[in-house]
Amino acid sequence: MTTPTPDQNSSEETPPPAAGTPATPEPVEQPATAQPTADPGSDRSLGTVIRNVFTAENSAMVTFLAIVLSLVVGAVLIVLSNTATMDKAGYFFASPGDFLSSAWGDISSAYSSLFKGAIFDPATVSGTPSQFFGPITTTLEYATPLIFGGLGISVAFRAGMFNIGGQGQTIIGAIFTSYAAFTFTSLPGALHLIVTVLAGLVGGMLFGGIVGWLKAMRGAHEVIVTIMLNYVALLLLGGWLLNTGAFHDPTHAGQAISKPADPDAVLPHLFGSGLNTDIGLLLALLATVAVAWFFQRSKLGFEVRAVGLTPSAARTAGINVRRVQIASMLISGALMGMIGVTQTIGLANPNNNAIAPNIDAGLGFTAITVALLGRTKPWGVVWAALLFGALQAGGALMQTQAQVSIEIITVVQAMIVIFVAAPRLVKEIFRLRATKIEKGAAPTATPPSPDPFHTTSVGGQA
Amino acid sequence: MTTASTLTGKSTEDAPVVRTDRSKLIGGIAQAVIGLYGLWAFGLGSRTSHNAHTLFNLKLDPASSGPSPISAPAEPVAIALASIAIVCGLVRAFAPISAKVQRWLAVGYFASFVLAFLVWAAAGSGIGLNVPSIIQQTSIAAVPLILGSLSALLCERSGVVNIAVEGQFLFGAFAAVITASMTHSVWAGLVAGCLGGALMCALLAVFANRYLIEQVVLGVVLNLLASGVTGFLYDRLMSTDGATYNSPPSFNSIAIPGLSKIPVIGEALFNQNILFYAAYLLVPLVWFLLFRTRWGLRTRAVGEHPTAADTVGIKVVGLRYRNVITAGLLSGLGGVWLTLGLASQFGKDMSDGKGYIAIAALIVGRWSPIGSLGAAVLFGFATELNLALSSLGTPIPTAFLSMAPYLVTIFVVAALGGLARPPAASGKPYLKG
Repeated sequence: MTTPTPDQNSSEETPPPAAGTPATPEPVEQPATAQPTADPGSDRSLGTVIRNVFTAENSAMVTFLAIVLSLVVGAVLIVLSNTATMDKAGYFFASPGDFLSSAWGDISSAYSSLFKGAIFDPATVSGTPSQFFGPITTTLEYATPLIFGGLGISVAFRAGMFNIGGQGQTIIGAIFTSYAAFTFTSLPGALHLIVTVLAGLVGGMLFGGIVGWLKAMRGAHEVIVTIMLNYVALLLLGGWLLNTGAFHDPTHAGQAISKPADPDAVLPHLFGSGLNTDIGLLLALLATVAVAWFFQRSKLGFEVRAVGLTPSAARTAGINVRRVQIASMLISGALMGMIGVTQTIGLANPNNNAIAPNIDAGLGFTAITVALLGRTKPWGVVWAALLFGALQAGGALMQTQAQVSIEIITVVQAMIVIFVAAPRLVKEIFRLRATKIEKGAAPTATPPSPDPFHTTSVGGQA
Repeated sequence: MTTASTLTGKSTEDAPVVRTDRSKLIGGIAQAVIGLYGLWAFGLGSRTSHNAHTLFNLKLDPASSGPSPISAPAEPVAIALASIAIVCGLVRAFAPISAKVQRWLAVGYFASFVLAFLVWAAAGSGIGLNVPSIIQQTSIAAVPLILGSLSALLCERSGVVNIAVEGQFLFGAFAAVITASMTHSVWAGLVAGCLGGALMCALLAVFANRYLIEQVVLGVVLNLLASGVTGFLYDRLMSTDGATYNSPPSFNSIAIPGLSKIPVIGEALFNQNILFYAAYLLVPLVWFLLFRTRWGLRTRAVGEHPTAADTVGIKVVGLRYRNVITAGLLSGLGGVWLTLGLASQFGKDMSDGKGYIAIAALIVGRWSPIGSLGAAVLFGFATELNLALSSLGTPIPTAFLSMAPYLVTIFVVAALGGLARPPAASGKPYLKG
């Protein structure tokens, strides 16, 4: 059983249609649409297209279904955690309508405010542009750090390394950014901004570089090192730095908060002052283009992919594996440092562009889910970041409007990633094709391109 | 290898092979140099000069009867201890000694260096150091780390990477609190908490073995999931109606007759609740089960060489499921300890990274129950020490002391490099055929 493309992890049951024969008989669901095509050589009839979509050998459908399933899980949690609704469930068989309408009320108010906060609110159709575009620009603003983060995870992933240190690298990036932003006030406007952004980039890069260096030179596993460095960075910022005279804002006595950034060093608005998006988004898209170019066109990017696929083969081919590991962690750390930049001097910072101990806001971990959902492909990451950014933006409104805690967003995000990572589960749930599990069929025998989710070394001794 | 699938496994082929001779020499010299710094900083610094004394209290409650405090002259004691540390380092570097002696030397080095530091830190303080309190707090702080590392140990020994200990703690803690609050029974809470941990582990087992998701990735995502679910339910239930959902009874301390009367350590170690004793008793139990029973042999075989295990008729995947779910009971117990044993209520993300430190303890302890216990106690000591020291007004910011366990872990992982070997098949799903 071969595995045709990297994203198709399950074995295909249908034999490939031979040229010259009509399209294979349709499944029972759509008998009417089965028309033999005029061109017998292609398997492109409308029915086949529909069948291919719904039999979900393509990952787009799995992703869509994963999102639906995750929202269902979220809905179940919302209903289960509402005590008033659950009281009505106590007499469900006496009067099921009570429970159902109450549950429906919970779910619809939560998810409609999620939509209003993330995309647009129908009530603002006749409002001002800033009201109308407010939600979508907020989504873009939330997506910005996630794009950087997802790219950062992807670069490390493609080199065969799992960077869980986004939190630490973000924090160090934020520390460097903040320091540059309130210290170098004598620099002229634009230059100050550039220096500030570069400072954050370098901060994250150095912190990521430590990991790469330890991995390459000492064989220290990056997962452990990054987890530990996360706590080092957290303690460094929250436990010490924000209490020192160099960082602590004297006007906020007793509060662990840094001095605010100089107004020159704040990222300017991208779409005008009424809207929430800053030019960080532009930088993120530039980074996406750069990473895409890096993977496809640059020598180092090629080496990164080679090392990620098979380190031993790459070494045999003359690639310096250690250098590649260090380089990819430097790049990954730099992209993570950019989260620190956008968190500190971006518009999403609620603290007047100062940094507080929770400056990373868990984005280093959300970035992992973004990278996985985007399958570590640069533009895939952008789409994933937009989705998760929308969830974050909508979740904020959901919390205030529907009194549903924003924590549900974390649940939904985690569930999406789990479902996307286990396409076979999704297919089993929806009774899609290729659900029969063949014992012994290795779904990911050796995919031609790196699949972030699955271990490739299957079996005992790899 | 497309991804980093094992905790430290795949790096071995890239890692330089550390020659023991060279590492012995360099390590010993480094120890001696650090000892020398200790001599200069702790022994000859201004804090210990002027005939300052360091007070060691030997009673948990200063008012109760018992041995009176020991007062040691700070400067000579600190100098002596630092000198012992230097000698240990030099012996390790230049004397031809066996690995076993080296290990004891390392223990001696560490103990004398830390003692020198303590003498220096508490010099001239009127309150002094409360030794029983430090012992008590250390042993308490080590409990979740022990339970977590045992859980991760069981999983890794059977070939599944369990980086989701954090999530199991959280879920176990939440399940324990909500059940105990609603039933007013700690035992119901205990059962629910263990089952909560087992449920999270069952998720891990299913997705790792059936759906073949990369296990480190899966663990991180499961941690996010547990944090989200418990945080959400906390917001929805506990923060609105804490009296109903977040006020569980807690386990009572049981003083062990006889043992609890031992001076200095008795009150600290033998007047704790049942979860505390259980955690420490589980260490020898797990060791015995792993290394002296048929089940243990099979488990280790499945973790090291599943193909061979399969050949002799061991059901690899089934054993993995069983072990991982059993391990979930242990990490769930860790969650129960955090709530019903210690804090008496649930808080958002209350495990606070302890699950990750537990995994670090497993690695520093080199995948053995006894080693993990040692590492857990060490980490517990480092976390509690900064609480003890913050009242003494040392010039070192406490944040740096809190970093110690993390930096030690990085150091150990970097120093051991390829020598720290996880079970060979850990992180690799087994597919027959």
